[in-house]
Amino acid sequence: MDKKRSFSLGSSEAFISVAASLVCIAIGLALGLVVLAIINAEHAFGDGLLVILKSGLQSPRNMGTVLANTAPLIMTGLSVGFAFKTGLFNIGAAGQYTLGAFGALYCAIVLHLPWYLCLLAAMALGALWGAIPGIFKAYLNINEVITAIMFNWIGLYMVNDIMYGRGQGAMYDLSSTKTYSLRKVSPGSMIPSCGMSDLFGKLQSVTIAIFIAILFAIAVYVVLNKTTFGYELKACGFNKNAAQYAGINDKRNIILSMTIAGALAGVGAGLYYLSTVAEWNPQVSTALPAMGFNGISSALLACSNPIGTIFSSLFISYITVGGTKLSTQYYTKEIADVITAIIIYLCAFSLLFKNRIRALLRANRRSTEALKGGEE
Amino acid sequence: MSEYIIEMLNITKEFPGIIANDQITLQLKKGEIHALLGENGAGKSTLMSVLFGLYQPEKGEIRKNGETVRIKDPNDANALGIGMVHQHFKLVEVFSVLDNIILGVEPAQGPLGVLQKAEARKKVLELSERYGLKVDPDAMVEDITVGMQQRTEILKMLYRDNEVLIFDEPTAVLTPQEIDELMKIMKGLAAEGKSILFITHKLDEIKAVADRCTVLRKGRCIGTVDVATTSKEELSEMMVGRKVQLVMDKQPIEPGESVLTVQNLTVKGRRNAKALVNDVSFNVRRGEIVCIAGIDGNGQSELVYALTGLMKSDKGKIYLNGQDVTHASIRERSAGMSHIPEDRHKHGLVLDYTLEDNLVLKRYFKPPFSHRGFLNFAEIRRYANGLIERFDVRSGQGATTLARSMSGGNQQKAIIAREIDMGNDLLIAVQPTRGLDVGAIEYIRKELLAQRDAGKAVLLVSLELDEVLEVPDRILVMYEGAIVGELDPRYTTAKELGLYMAGAQRNV
Repeated sequence: MDKKRSFSLGSSEAFISVAASLVCIAIGLALGLVVLAIINAEHAFGDGLLVILKSGLQSPRNMGTVLANTAPLIMTGLSVGFAFKTGLFNIGAAGQYTLGAFGALYCAIVLHLPWYLCLLAAMALGALWGAIPGIFKAYLNINEVITAIMFNWIGLYMVNDIMYGRGQGAMYDLSSTKTYSLRKVSPGSMIPSCGMSDLFGKLQSVTIAIFIAILFAIAVYVVLNKTTFGYELKACGFNKNAAQYAGINDKRNIILSMTIAGALAGVGAGLYYLSTVAEWNPQVSTALPAMGFNGISSALLACSNPIGTIFSSLFISYITVGGTKLSTQYYTKEIADVITAIIIYLCAFSLLFKNRIRALLRANRRSTEALKGGEE
Repeated sequence: MSEYIIEMLNITKEFPGIIANDQITLQLKKGEIHALLGENGAGKSTLMSVLFGLYQPEKGEIRKNGETVRIKDPNDANALGIGMVHQHFKLVEVFSVLDNIILGVEPAQGPLGVLQKAEARKKVLELSERYGLKVDPDAMVEDITVGMQQRTEILKMLYRDNEVLIFDEPTAVLTPQEIDELMKIMKGLAAEGKSILFITHKLDEIKAVADRCTVLRKGRCIGTVDVATTSKEELSEMMVGRKVQLVMDKQPIEPGESVLTVQNLTVKGRRNAKALVNDVSFNVRRGEIVCIAGIDGNGQSELVYALTGLMKSDKGKIYLNGQDVTHASIRERSAGMSHIPEDRHKHGLVLDYTLEDNLVLKRYFKPPFSHRGFLNFAEIRRYANGLIERFDVRSGQGATTLARSMSGGNQQKAIIAREIDMGNDLLIAVQPTRGLDVGAIEYIRKELLAQRDAGKAVLLVSLELDEVLEVPDRILVMYEGAIVGELDPRYTTAKELGLYMAGAQRNV
């Protein structure tokens, strides 16, 4: 009986969270429409919002593009969300992702290793880049945000420098000004498609990456909710003092938590580049990969829930792909980012929405109870 | 004109799953001190929040001077002359006393709103003189004592010309001397025509200042009585609903071998080299309760931190059951040592965890609660339900209640249940009854005694004089980090104890 109670309690809470996120999305889209209208009122709906909402499903190829972009986003979302759950803000996902990309591409292009080893290398380098801010936080009490931001840039310039190597880097293809295409130089390092690309209009970048990401999401969920390790990590996140009092080694947990977060982001990069969604361009060196920062959005929209992250990532990728299909005659593709930003901004209010929804549910229940009472 | 300045008639306030106030009527006469007595969770704070406009009641009406009023928010309350001193002060720490008092009603002149502080200062000084509320208007709030912070809060109400003053458990944070002074101030305010509502669960204070007393129990109004003609026993029975045994029934026991032995323990502060715990030696034996007494801040907290491993000790040895644990980790120590911490929110509980998760906070990693790193939820639930029943921990949703949403008394019970059930030979209890009501205090003291009778060693740290004299078998008094006295509670008076605590006398 007790089990049942906790189950129904849990699911109603989950329902409220999901409903609150959906309210955020709806209002975000409505405000997005307003923004579109301000830029170009005439085309705001038909050529604007509708394109963003429809394009992702319009052709198998578009669907494939959405999926190919979802997989790495799930990973960076998990990375940020995992750290959130343990009381840390991993703003370094972009840097960890960068290192992960380097690890994956080096093992693929230079060493011609099979894809799973490349993925492992991505994971290891991401973990390393996550561990460093963790160590600083645990032993010197330096805020992880500051260290992580610095290591984002250190990582980016280092990776770019090695890859470019003044035009002679082993991974640098002079003709495309990017890293060599895996399809040409090391097809064995590509994540297998297992028929996925045939399903999605022969788009080669659709691979089993999406399933790998979902498996990771489930694993993170299990670790956080079912294991003693997750129990300790969350205890540290909620109340460091109480965790210490209970004999939990909080320093170790901070480092482990950041290491795992880094590993997840690193895998994200591996999934992206080993699926050949794109090549790395070491000369566009002023920007960190957006995938890392979008992970923050994805985690926020999902309230850091690992399973929720799958869906929030899918949604964000979906409207981002939609954004790229906007006619450049009327809008720029960044408009999708604006809409995502509005939605994320609204997520800050999700607690408010949650309370509203809860009050509504309660009022509903009371009135049905009152009705029942009247009948009896 | 009505005899009453404020009347709350048949107030009903519901929260999901609980009726916090059920048809409560409270009538406040002009110029009286009216106590509102009840255990934690009886509905006192809810009722006052209704009066102060923080909650809207589902039923009932509020009258001021016989006229029905609606109080939608604290601004309405303020406009009606109702002011409140909250249990946790609402002061800006980095502002001066004067700035805090005028905050929100700053006197200003001209279209630019130039502050007229001189005027405000004059009024504050006048008020402070008239009511004997000594404050330094230019001192920063963060630098002044808790007593002066409270006087600042009272001045805030007076500055706004409030006539109805609500005091929410005002003595919980004060020293005995400060309490005496507050009592005097309250009487002075009443004599000047202010009407006071005084929320408390301390019977002595009610007897000392209140004219009448309304007693709440479990959201219901038990009655309003005249304080002068009602005994403390009658009041406590009204509050708890049964006879309360405030004096403990203690059987003499011959203590056994030493469980905790402390030798020359020294703990230094992190910032300066001053010793917070200075060369302390003592032991606690099986079957005895040893109490560390002293005024707050004389090294008791640091001593406990060093004993439990939360702080490193600089010198000396700690032996637990004969084993040297001076450098052992917290987890190693907790194999033989239970610890009811001083601050249940900071250390004792993970407030965002459920009750059951908190009940296994020190054992989750052991079988049967986990197996190969995976938690066994069914076992945790079964264990938690057992403890909840045995220790009568009450909460809205049983084992799955968030610790944050539980009352202070029940949070403390949960910690006690967890620590006692570990079955360790040593129990360290730091201010285990702080901020709790009579019923909970009685319960906790009995549990400590039961531990002693079961042959465990109990180290109690307390700031409450009656607890120090009532509960232990031996008293050690700490002053400026050192133990200055060892006393036998049977032959010690409160006055004598006070001399040791103030450092005026020593015998070791």
